[in-house]
Amino acid sequence: MSDITKQSLSELVENIKSKKLSSSDVTKAFVERSEKSKELNTYITEDYANALNKAKKFDEKPNLDLKLPGIPMAVKDLFCTRDLRTTAGSKILNNFVPTYESTVTQNIWNEGAILMGKLNCDEFAMGSSNETSFFGNVQNPIDKNLVPGGSSGGSSSAVAAQLTPITIGTDTGGSIRQPASFTGTVGLKPTYGSCSRYGIVAFASSLDQAGPMAQNVRDCALLQEVISTYDEKDSTSIDFKRNEYSKELTKDIKGKKIGIPKEYRVDGMPKEIEDLWKKGIEYAKDCGAEIIDISLPHTNYALPTYYIVAPAEASSNLARYDGVKYGFRAEGENLIDMYEKTRSEGFGAEVQRRIMIGTYVLSSGYYDAYYLKAQKVRKLIKNDFDEAYKKVDAILTPSTPSSAFKIGEKTNDPVSMYLNDIFTVPVNLAGLPGISIPAGHDAKGYPLGLQIIGKAFDEQNILNIAYAMEEKINFKNNITDWWIK
Amino acid sequence: MSIDLKTIKHISKLSRISVDEKKAEKLAGDLNSIFDFIEKLNELKTDNVQPLTSVAETTLKLRSDEVKSKNLRDQVIKNSPKENEDYFVVPKVIE
Repeated sequence: MSDITKQSLSELVENIKSKKLSSSDVTKAFVERSEKSKELNTYITEDYANALNKAKKFDEKPNLDLKLPGIPMAVKDLFCTRDLRTTAGSKILNNFVPTYESTVTQNIWNEGAILMGKLNCDEFAMGSSNETSFFGNVQNPIDKNLVPGGSSGGSSSAVAAQLTPITIGTDTGGSIRQPASFTGTVGLKPTYGSCSRYGIVAFASSLDQAGPMAQNVRDCALLQEVISTYDEKDSTSIDFKRNEYSKELTKDIKGKKIGIPKEYRVDGMPKEIEDLWKKGIEYAKDCGAEIIDISLPHTNYALPTYYIVAPAEASSNLARYDGVKYGFRAEGENLIDMYEKTRSEGFGAEVQRRIMIGTYVLSSGYYDAYYLKAQKVRKLIKNDFDEAYKKVDAILTPSTPSSAFKIGEKTNDPVSMYLNDIFTVPVNLAGLPGISIPAGHDAKGYPLGLQIIGKAFDEQNILNIAYAMEEKINFKNNITDWWIK
Repeated sequence: MSIDLKTIKHISKLSRISVDEKKAEKLAGDLNSIFDFIEKLNELKTDNVQPLTSVAETTLKLRSDEVKSKNLRDQVIKNSPKENEDYFVVPKVIE
């Protein structure tokens, strides 16, 4: 079968279960395509030989009752993988080989999947274009020199280019949904506490969540079902009744109330995005949903709040990189000098900028004015959603204020880069689940996404709405394999 | 509000990141534009708002206090840039 890599995850699982394909067939196909796609720079670390060996072993004694039987998968390089280098896209972790496995990836291997390698991302997941990675830019398969979004840019690019059947990313302010939107793929940020954070390199602990990035909603539901587990190793993991998301997936969303927040009509939003949103509203109506206008009055304050809370937590989390216990060390004249040189040479510019912001807002005399203030506004933002959910079951918005931009276009202006996350950040601040689905193209032919935001723990509902709308939208990604010679 | 070079030097010391003059100037520019953007929060009155410290409305679970992983010394030491038998090694701190 020459078209193995064109198959969706669900098709591959089916074909392996019915023995039409072996794990080796599938793994070989994705490894070969990945090897031909080096120009995209999606991988930081390849583990192809091990993957092929594991596939062979799987085929010798296949357990076809598993949910991901012998499926090869590359994952974002923010998840610790035992005995395979984990860099978080940073020079400071360039030589770090974890001695333990993240819970989310362990859940994936427990269901029979096979690790192919580690995917590029913005350094410590701080970025919206994958341009802050120590390992270089990632190309968006949609067009040459186009960013794939970020921070899970290697993940989005790899799924869109069909180098992996499916993958996982992490989302602190939009890092799954924005790159999904930029590459015409599906990305789910689960409710805070749904997926364990154990073994994920920490960025902002009150916001970070892992989630699936897929070619379609069904695949996304299947992987969510695998990765979402209660975990006592993460004190913020929540013990709630999880659905069998893929089994319970339904297109019947008749009578569901979907809210349209007027504050998401931001100044300067391109008409294409406005039109896409209107189209999305029509699709939702066609599916039998009821559309209700709502207000989320503090939307405009979400980004400023985020840019206090996230750097504050990051500055604290990243204090551990001191050149002593693991990672890169620069030589210094004394201990303090060693610390300062290690961190100055080991972290990139954006990470240093955020550590500085975080240190400042937490420093003596400024804590109340910034950090405490931001926590109060965060409460107001969460209250907005609580109020809205008295009237509606879900909320529909654009995923991003624009389509993918060119590499280098926004690197000199941090604030304009931050504005990418204007529609996704409020969801993290409120701890809610949100999914981005591809919904159309702009005039340049670049994909645009719509976001469906749910109530806490209501992943099933937004997956169902996404599933129903996906059929109506009937989106086709236009990828020409331009990078394959 | 404006963040001057003296403040940048102070933050750089607190965060243990060395900065030279050129880097300090660049950082001051960047941080000022970011804080201009953050100042928007001052439009809101929040005197009577309780700060949100956790989105998850759950209480921490208790667990029994028992050792679950043992003999991890080699694993803990494995990634250190410099070690000497059972210890991490740092530059001399005593004169």
